[in-house]
Amino acid sequence: MGLFDFLRARPRNTASVAAERLRIIVQQERAASGRPDYLPLLRRELLEVIRKYVNVDPDAIDIHVEREGDSEVLELSVALPDKPSVDAAAAGRAD
Amino acid sequence: MTEIIVVTSGKGGVGKTTSSASLAVGLARRGKKVAVIDFDVGLRNLDLIMGCERRVVYDFVNVIQGECTLKQALIKDKRIDTLYVLAASQTRDKDALSKEGVERVLNELAEDGFDYVICDSPAGIEKGAALAMYFADRAVVVVNPEVSSVRDSDRILGLLASKTRRAEQGNAGVEQHLLLTRYNPERVANGDMMGIADVKDILGIEVIGVIPESPGVLTASNAGVPVILDEASDAGQAYADAVARLCGEERPMRFVDAQKKGFLARIFGS
Repeated sequence: MGLFDFLRARPRNTASVAAERLRIIVQQERAASGRPDYLPLLRRELLEVIRKYVNVDPDAIDIHVEREGDSEVLELSVALPDKPSVDAAAAGRAD
Repeated sequence: MTEIIVVTSGKGGVGKTTSSASLAVGLARRGKKVAVIDFDVGLRNLDLIMGCERRVVYDFVNVIQGECTLKQALIKDKRIDTLYVLAASQTRDKDALSKEGVERVLNELAEDGFDYVICDSPAGIEKGAALAMYFADRAVVVVNPEVSSVRDSDRILGLLASKTRRAEQGNAGVEQHLLLTRYNPERVANGDMMGIADVKDILGIEVIGVIPESPGVLTASNAGVPVILDEASDAGQAYADAVARLCGEERPMRFVDAQKKGFLARIFGS
């Protein structure tokens, strides 16, 4: 670092960018490992079926597989929009 | 009791073989009987780092396939009495290794009274790496403070937790340690390199040692002398600390803070 370095724009702290990117990807990959391979496809097909009736957000479906002792539980939660109006369903069907 | 320690990383070029050699020497120097095995069949290099490449007659695959005895294949180190090297085969491929064969060699080492067996894993997650970790009691995961290395290490940690004998048997699992190598305190201070806390936080396991980026590592490998034997080098001292921690001693981390620059250096740059 020399005398006139302060005149140059300070570059972004790349180490913290790296750490943040890694936190996200590592967390995602840990969550994905051990899960059955069919989950993403199941999620997409369920979303298609549900959207025939209710115009839900693509992120509204949450699927988890949890192990409880010897058994596995497939947990599915769908967040419905505030007003599941007939219009929305109709619009969904029109797609 | 023989303790089997795998030195692994997923990514190549992070310092697995350098670390295996120095950890093995460090443990042997403490009077332990140590064997260090190169699992990188086809890309043998531990012999060069240990400086015994001209003394390899038989290798790991020869022993597994019954072409020689284990005693014939173990190369006794010329510097330390209690240290032995088992070289990888340079001509076969990784399929020459089998789980039963590896287990037989490890059992025989245990019967011969070895205190530690260091398994130097190849890069990747294929057969060689899988077998190097399978029988391990402990794992030293070598990681550089760099995105691809950290991500690959997390993959390896996942495999250690599922694809090892200890994981399958359901007892405690493989004890895991991080060994940070090529650490550059100046770059960390400047915000160009992730620090120890970042890596530890992302991977969620304890750090057993931090080896600074050091010219000593290259000069040691040039000469075929594990860097831990270069007591003048910071990397050598850092490996000695890591070995002490592996043995349960507490040591403060050294060589992890940036050197303060002098007045002139600060004004004129460096």
